[in-house]
Amino acid sequence: MSLNKKVGLFIPCYVDQFYPKVAIATLELLRKLGCEVSYPMNQTCCGQPMANAGYERDTVATTQHFLDTFESYDYIVCPSGSCVHHVRDHAPSIEGKENNQKDIQQRVYELTEFITDILKITDIKGSYPHRVGFHSSCHGQRGLRLASSSELNQPVFNKAKELLANFEGLEWVELSRKDECCGFGGTFAVTEEALSIQMGKDRLQDHISKEAEIIIGGDMSCIMHLSGIASRNKQSIQFKHIAEVLNEAML
Amino acid sequence: MSHPIQAAKFLEDKSNAKWHDETLWFVRDKRDTSSKGIPEWENLRELASSIKDNVLSNLDSYLVEFEKNAIKNGIKIHWAKDAEEHNQIVLSILKEKDCKAIVKSKSILTEECHLNPYLEENGVEVVDTDLGERIVQFLNQPPSHIVLPAIHLKKEHISEIFHEKLQTEKGNNDPYYLTQAARKHLREKFLAAKVAITGVNFGVAETGEFVVCTNEGNADMGVHLADTHIACMGIEKLIPKREHLGVFLRLLARSATGQSITNYNSHFRSPSEGKEIHIILLDNGRTKQLGREKFRNSLKCIRCGACMNTCPIYRRSGGYSYDSVVPGPIGSILSPGIDLKKHSSLPFASTLCGSCSDVCPVKINIHEQLYEWRQEITKAQSSINAKSIAMKIANGIFSTPYAYKLSGQIMRGSLKILPESVTYSNLNTWGKERDLPELPKQSFKDWYKNNGNE
Repeated sequence: MSLNKKVGLFIPCYVDQFYPKVAIATLELLRKLGCEVSYPMNQTCCGQPMANAGYERDTVATTQHFLDTFESYDYIVCPSGSCVHHVRDHAPSIEGKENNQKDIQQRVYELTEFITDILKITDIKGSYPHRVGFHSSCHGQRGLRLASSSELNQPVFNKAKELLANFEGLEWVELSRKDECCGFGGTFAVTEEALSIQMGKDRLQDHISKEAEIIIGGDMSCIMHLSGIASRNKQSIQFKHIAEVLNEAML
Repeated sequence: MSHPIQAAKFLEDKSNAKWHDETLWFVRDKRDTSSKGIPEWENLRELASSIKDNVLSNLDSYLVEFEKNAIKNGIKIHWAKDAEEHNQIVLSILKEKDCKAIVKSKSILTEECHLNPYLEENGVEVVDTDLGERIVQFLNQPPSHIVLPAIHLKKEHISEIFHEKLQTEKGNNDPYYLTQAARKHLREKFLAAKVAITGVNFGVAETGEFVVCTNEGNADMGVHLADTHIACMGIEKLIPKREHLGVFLRLLARSATGQSITNYNSHFRSPSEGKEIHIILLDNGRTKQLGREKFRNSLKCIRCGACMNTCPIYRRSGGYSYDSVVPGPIGSILSPGIDLKKHSSLPFASTLCGSCSDVCPVKINIHEQLYEWRQEITKAQSSINAKSIAMKIANGIFSTPYAYKLSGQIMRGSLKILPESVTYSNLNTWGKERDLPELPKQSFKDWYKNNGNE
């Protein structure tokens, strides 16, 4: 299919630096799905780490820069629920540019919701013969509502699962605690280190006890934390970003 | 002591921390099942939230209406601007009644006012009659949870306490046996008390009555045996009409414990002949919070405790780690408004996962308020501390593409060349119990320059 719209690839700063393969997979996947994608070279960070640490007021220039960088795109797509949540819902309002900012914010999408809601694709054909556990990032799930929340009395849905479920051979693991936080939480990971580690270990254990081979996530920040703990404890479970899985499995 | 230090201490006893987490998760799970049994659950939450919005926007007139109707019913109304005034009012009533021993059912508001130590200093014996509260009172501890005050204690521990205080059999951990012992002990206290104190769950403006919810019936037992009932009530506890109880009582019990209804929902309207009812209406910072636009709706709270049970931090760090009368997520947005300096670590004791906001029966946006408190706290802290300078530099880097690129290269470069002993030393908290990702040869930006075009 062809969308005939310009998609700007918004890559979180830590993905740019630490996980280029996730960014590459996102780019390739979107192109396979028929999008005209480019990556504006001037992009930096969305400002979330600073804002969540209590310094939202110091992210005005960063936010302004983000808006300037992506203004000309029809859609801005990012393989991170967390960064999208920040840009849409938390970035400081830029004085005199409020309307323009709102307009740009409405064009920012997390990767899976862009595929299911804008491209309207849910039946990607492919094969992924693995037993997988999915880790919903809280900001994606409860911030962007990419999946139903276990606290709410609502129909169950999960946009990532919609995309993965059709793959031949894929076994989806049901977790005991469907959407408990992994304990990353940005600066929380270091300021509340003991809790962060315990939460991560508990989350890993839920997947491991259900014999998941691979943990798939929509946010590399959660995955960086979980895989860091698993690797330190010599746990052999693997980790993938959903963009990598979709890109790899798609026929 | 700050939250991270207390939390780390709590986590040292791994099996206890695991047990605490699982116990509270069990309550959260019961709440899920119970709330999902009601198809209109989300509408009820919305309705409760709107009713409370209305109350908060018209609090002045509802308070006047409530007072007028309560007085008409023969209730005596007192107004207290702060904890000190509240406690003085209680003491003056006790003096007037020549009362030296009282029974009190669960009231977080009296904890907030530190009423127990105040009365004890003034020669009054206070007996908390809620079983969990009595247990922590024996230990001279505050409640660790607002609904489940002794949830941090196992039955073996309670057996030891009762053996010492109530002379129960040593080593008998049978919950039924222990409960019977407490019952007998409390019965004597109930019979002896001339004055009973309760909290208030809901005050109804149109009728001037109030409702107290307990599972043990201890509020009723105390009140019916005493001549004088003192009800301590926060000014935000009002609802406009009696019919609104149909919304709140359904939400409260399900959210708190997963029960469909609290065992005793007692309505108090006017005193029986020869008896007295007093209501003390307490402000103690509530009007200040009402004036804070971003934080005012924290006053909608009906004290169900669901945000504690769901919170992955609370479950793994325990109520005492918050060092605040109301612990957990709701405490972390209420307490900074009372003492910003003392409670400055609490809004950071969260990953902003948002579970608290989704579980809240009155739809308080708890995690968003945690975020907003962070902004307030960093403003209040010295603007020249190390973290703020780092943030200003970061803003400089992220608003300048070249600086970002350079800092990224330095970051990846230094991680590659630094010896493990530096990266994984205690200086690097990330690396204490986590490995760093394997570092790629080039950033995505570098890759894209050469390979990005189709």
